[in-house]
Amino acid sequence: MSSSPTNVAAQGNILKRLVAPVPLFGFLLGFLVCVLLETVAGRSLADLLGLPKMPVLFGLVTIFKVIAGVVNMVLKGAEFQAATLIQIPTALIYFGLIYLLPLAITIRLTAGVSNRIAGGLQRISLLFSAVVHLGLLYAVFHLWGEMSDYRLITLKLMLIAVLFTLSLNIINGYMGEFSCSHPGFMAVGAYMSSVFTVGLFVDDKVLGAAKMTWSMAYLSFPLALLFGGLMAALAALIVAIPSFKTRGDYLAIISLAFLFIVKSFFENMQGLGGARGIAGQPDWATLPVIFIVVVIGIWVINNFVTSTLGKALNAVRDDEGAAEAMSVNTRRTKMVAFMFGAFWAGMAGGLLAHVIRYVNPSSFGIQKLAEVLAMVYFGGLNSVVGSIVGAVSISLLGEALRPLEIFKWIVIPLLLILVMIYRPTGLIAFREFNIRKILQPKTLDDGEV
Amino acid sequence: MSLLEVSRMTHFFGGLRAVHDFNLALEPGQIRGLIGPNGAGKTTIFNLITGVYRPSEGDVRFDGQPLLGVAPHQIAARGIGRTFQDLRLWRHMTVLEHIKMARYSKLDYGLWGAFLDTARRRREEATSESRAMELLKLLNVDHLADQLVVNLPYGVQRRVEMARALAVEPKVLFLDEPTVGMTPEELAQIMEIIRDIHNQLGLAIFLIEHRLKFVMELCEQIQCLVFGEVIAEGNPDEIQNNPQVIEAYLGKDTVET
Repeated sequence: MSSSPTNVAAQGNILKRLVAPVPLFGFLLGFLVCVLLETVAGRSLADLLGLPKMPVLFGLVTIFKVIAGVVNMVLKGAEFQAATLIQIPTALIYFGLIYLLPLAITIRLTAGVSNRIAGGLQRISLLFSAVVHLGLLYAVFHLWGEMSDYRLITLKLMLIAVLFTLSLNIINGYMGEFSCSHPGFMAVGAYMSSVFTVGLFVDDKVLGAAKMTWSMAYLSFPLALLFGGLMAALAALIVAIPSFKTRGDYLAIISLAFLFIVKSFFENMQGLGGARGIAGQPDWATLPVIFIVVVIGIWVINNFVTSTLGKALNAVRDDEGAAEAMSVNTRRTKMVAFMFGAFWAGMAGGLLAHVIRYVNPSSFGIQKLAEVLAMVYFGGLNSVVGSIVGAVSISLLGEALRPLEIFKWIVIPLLLILVMIYRPTGLIAFREFNIRKILQPKTLDDGEV
Repeated sequence: MSLLEVSRMTHFFGGLRAVHDFNLALEPGQIRGLIGPNGAGKTTIFNLITGVYRPSEGDVRFDGQPLLGVAPHQIAARGIGRTFQDLRLWRHMTVLEHIKMARYSKLDYGLWGAFLDTARRRREEATSESRAMELLKLLNVDHLADQLVVNLPYGVQRRVEMARALAVEPKVLFLDEPTVGMTPEELAQIMEIIRDIHNQLGLAIFLIEHRLKFVMELCEQIQCLVFGEVIAEGNPDEIQNNPQVIEAYLGKDTVET
């Protein structure tokens, strides 16, 4: 079965030759073709291939479901229907026909055109180009999410995870403190924004009758999110102050303690629903709302970490004494980092509360911490792209591996260990997020890489 | 009035008296040296003046203003730049980022500017960058602006650190053993550079050094510190011929001839 090294290299070259001349615009166009195709022909193709329904996550879930069936048969002697084995190749065929092939064909055929378009857009202005790309990306998300509720919620949670991961990267990556309190900030944001929306606009057993009418609800969701974020930032002060005195392990322990304090605070606050929490949030966190908030979040965070004020975090991390001696106000820097990170965690929490439409303290425990830490360290420290990659891959992987049940928690940590061994700072660490470079057209003749 | 005045400064670490009754009057544009054996308290004096430690007793004034109790970053912003004996560069940052970082106190755009990428921020960052490039040019490292400092040879790192100290736009530059670990060739270069920046920027320099030859060539005035106390003060000739200094460096001559 082993293919010779030259063969592999040749395959790599084919892939490179296919992908290298394609700008981001071309890929987005390709994805758009794929999701359009799936919208039109997905169901009939699934029927034709004998799949029970349209594969949700590129066929991954279908494949792992079958594997889980085999595993259960081996370990527990559970009954296994051998006929489902056929779903592995059919799911792969589905993936090939709907995604792989159309994507490859589109990016190949449109490479020239999309390069010219990308160049033209960039000549108009970088902002315009970014807006067009984001519009295209949103269209892909929208069409893909529209095909099932499961896809939609996976997509929403994935986007929220991106914002949450990035907000933790500010503290753990850019400033290099190991903070464990982040789910606590998310909880504060989730609760406070819920108090705002449920308390004001919904009749609720815990928070009482609606105090305002629905007509006033217009545009109040951004305010609710902001309120949640600001409260989380305020809570961050409690962690920021000891961070002036302690660093490293001690701060990690203090922040972990803070996480437990927040959790038991909400468990015992009967005014906020106690252990049962608050439910019945209005369904305001729609895909476009989340998309816009996350894009703004990434933009603001990226602005901050590329400014000298934000790079001061790196200086504090690498040598605090030297930073202070070079006129950097390290105390302010640390405080800003904690509050800024917590603010975006709170915003993410507010979105989360309005996606799953309930909050309770148990969703913000150690498990959440482990998840977000995995995303940060897997994707890469000190890198916006890294956080995006980490959050997307871990949340998609988590969903795809869900049929494996308990084994999911063996596969994902195993992957993390491998990443930590081969790339100790994560997949894409210490890289600046250069929007111009990402959007720019690719020329065919710089192939001497 | 002197630019930097230290009077009767004493400092204890617990029960240990690290510095005793230290006095200094540094004039604008002067180059002064502080010599002494290992552990004499030279770096402690730097740390006391720059606010890392607060002196147990005594007074420090800079430009007529008291420095006691002022945070180190404010002292730096007022015009005291320093380098470190053990090269404390930021390992994940490029050369240019180092220099721009030291101009932190010169930036006015505030947090909103940082968050929202305002026109003002772009303007200030651009000014900061061109100033930084001038400094790098002065120290002959401008071609390495985009390199990570960890990838550079030791002598270059030294120059980057000096450029960084100059970027706070100091009136006094503190150099803590600028020649430590250098080859004779690099030594000659660094001497040239220190003379250059002294002439071009007209700043006062206060340096700690082990290599007597280096101090003797550069400095107008020298203090010799032993066990936290100044045992001799004067111009290079006086110091060179002072029996106490010779004793501190070479030990007492007990050989009968």
